[in-house]
Amino acid sequence: MTDSSFLTSGQTDPAVGASSATSAAAADRAALLSVRDLRVVIDGLHILHGVDLDVAPSGVTALLGRNGAGKTTTVKAIMGLVPRTGSLRFAGTELVKLPTHLVVRQGIGYAPEDRGIFAGLTVAENLRLAERDGSPAYDLVHELFPELKQRAGQLAGTLSGGQQQMVAIGRTLLNGNRLIIADEPTKGLAPKIVAEVADVLERAAATVPVLLVEQNLALVRRLAGTCAVLADGRTAHRGGTAELLADEEAARRLLGVGRPAPAATSVPGPAPTPTVAVPPPVVPTATVTKEVAP
Amino acid sequence: MDTVVLLTCTGLGLGALYFLVASGLSLIFGLMDVLNFAHGALLSVGAYATWWAGTEGGMGFWLAVVFGTAVGTVAAVLLELVLIRPLYNRPRDQILATVGVGLAVPALLMGIWGADSRPFPQPAALSGTVGLFGAIVPVNRFVLLAAAALVLVALRLFLSRTRYGLVVRAGVEDRAMVTALGIDVRKAFTLVFAIGGAAAALGGALSGLYFGSVHPGQGTSLLIFAFVVVVMGGMGSVTGAAVASVAVGLVQQFANYYTAAGLGDLSVVVLLAVLLLVRPRGLTGRLA
Ligand SMILES: Nc1ncnc2c1ncn2[C@@H]1O[C@H](COP(=O)(O)OP(=O)(O)O)[C@@H](O)[C@H]1O
Ligand SMILES: [Mg+2]
Repeated sequence: MTDSSFLTSGQTDPAVGASSATSAAAADRAALLSVRDLRVVIDGLHILHGVDLDVAPSGVTALLGRNGAGKTTTVKAIMGLVPRTGSLRFAGTELVKLPTHLVVRQGIGYAPEDRGIFAGLTVAENLRLAERDGSPAYDLVHELFPELKQRAGQLAGTLSGGQQQMVAIGRTLLNGNRLIIADEPTKGLAPKIVAEVADVLERAAATVPVLLVEQNLALVRRLAGTCAVLADGRTAHRGGTAELLADEEAARRLLGVGRPAPAATSVPGPAPTPTVAVPPPVVPTATVTKEVAP
Repeated sequence: MDTVVLLTCTGLGLGALYFLVASGLSLIFGLMDVLNFAHGALLSVGAYATWWAGTEGGMGFWLAVVFGTAVGTVAAVLLELVLIRPLYNRPRDQILATVGVGLAVPALLMGIWGADSRPFPQPAALSGTVGLFGAIVPVNRFVLLAAAALVLVALRLFLSRTRYGLVVRAGVEDRAMVTALGIDVRKAFTLVFAIGGAAAALGGALSGLYFGSVHPGQGTSLLIFAFVVVVMGGMGSVTGAAVASVAVGLVQQFANYYTAAGLGDLSVVVLLAVLLLVRPRGLTGRLA
């Protein structure tokens, strides 16, 4: 595998499957976080059975897939919030045996899907709780989110969804993290706030690599260079984001998008569809947000 | 009038005892989801350690109280490290283990010092009475009240002003998210056990003062009412526990006096049932 194969992979090759193989292999060497054969069993239920994923050493890597595909579980497994097996190599360190607080102290900031805000604490207390070292970057956080400074004394439970998301993202920027993981940071937010969050993520990604779980494909297209797509608890695809989204058939098959979804089960085309676990229309399944104690 | 004053002071003194047991119980449950049935045993340990220090140990009363509180604190920390922590993620076994300790400790105390009540050393300054609105009230009621008030203020300061207090408050809401901020929440567990053990053991020492004696089952009988207080006050809420303690102590005293003895204890259970129907999440529903 040479550098030139990395440069050309995915750029010219229209076959998504082929490009994913080459770019994945190249990314393997340079990846900041390499997830291999990640498996999660909760209460005897196999939720993940073999997730492979590489987080690029710079910029945004997207983790995609339909509702219930296992994105949130993958992220929780990386954080050690659910019992997991497999390999999680982060900048040369194996994380899979580490408890959650030590995973975080490797330099990983986590903004969970349910935002993980402490409703009974003030905004300032929520941020203070996240301080890990002597010099928390309040300048940066308050510059990005001036509102958090104005509302420092307000109980976080009384904030709007967008403001809570600012607290969640602000917490990850407070410490000198080497990776930020954000699980659907724009979920349920008004369009104006989505744009604001997207700007912040873009700015953050200029200095810190980001693993972004996101359903908003316009945002993914704008921010993420590479992506991994999960289906049914497995990695179904890895490669460049632009190529995937340009390939209408693959996007529809993997993400259930591409055109207004017809009524159930009509996935056209000859491609075998082992990944379809959920019918094409994206029906929000009840997402389990209850954190599992470490 | 004087009867009402006496009953009020006695009820408040009893409420203070309940608070000393319930505050730790409530924090432990709120933070760790552990129903610590061994909490009464910690009270008994504190009571016997104080009694021993004040009699055979030859210490003065206040030194004996400090000694008893320290012994109870150490016992609580050991309990957490040796029994609770290894059984983390196995809540059923955890409950069985604390029930086991709750039964074993009184049995051990009985084995060493016998089943009979032991007269508790009473310093002269605290064994007297004071006149209050025409009532003759034992001084020790006020000692208990003062101790409980001090513990309440100290706990509130700890929760609101310190880093660990912040961790505890956050952990009561969402323990997993606290770890996901890089915090080793188990340290807070041990600390909360230490604080709860210290308060219970102090309650044990002062219960000797209140009842004039100690016996092996002292903690266990108080624990039942402390659980009622915790449920009424809201799991994890120190201030809720304080309010509920006062309510339970007063209701119990007045009902026991004005109706038949024993009805007061029953009325506490009725009070709990009514409250749970009206306010299912306890008096406050939140911490501190
Ligand atoms: N704690 C759990 N217990 C049982 N099933 C779970 C649990 N967590 C997730 N699941 C199931 O695992 C699948 C993947 O969930 P999730 O990772 O939340 O998907 P996504 O984030 O991609 O929408 C879903 O079918 C979900 O219902
Ligand atoms: Mg999810």
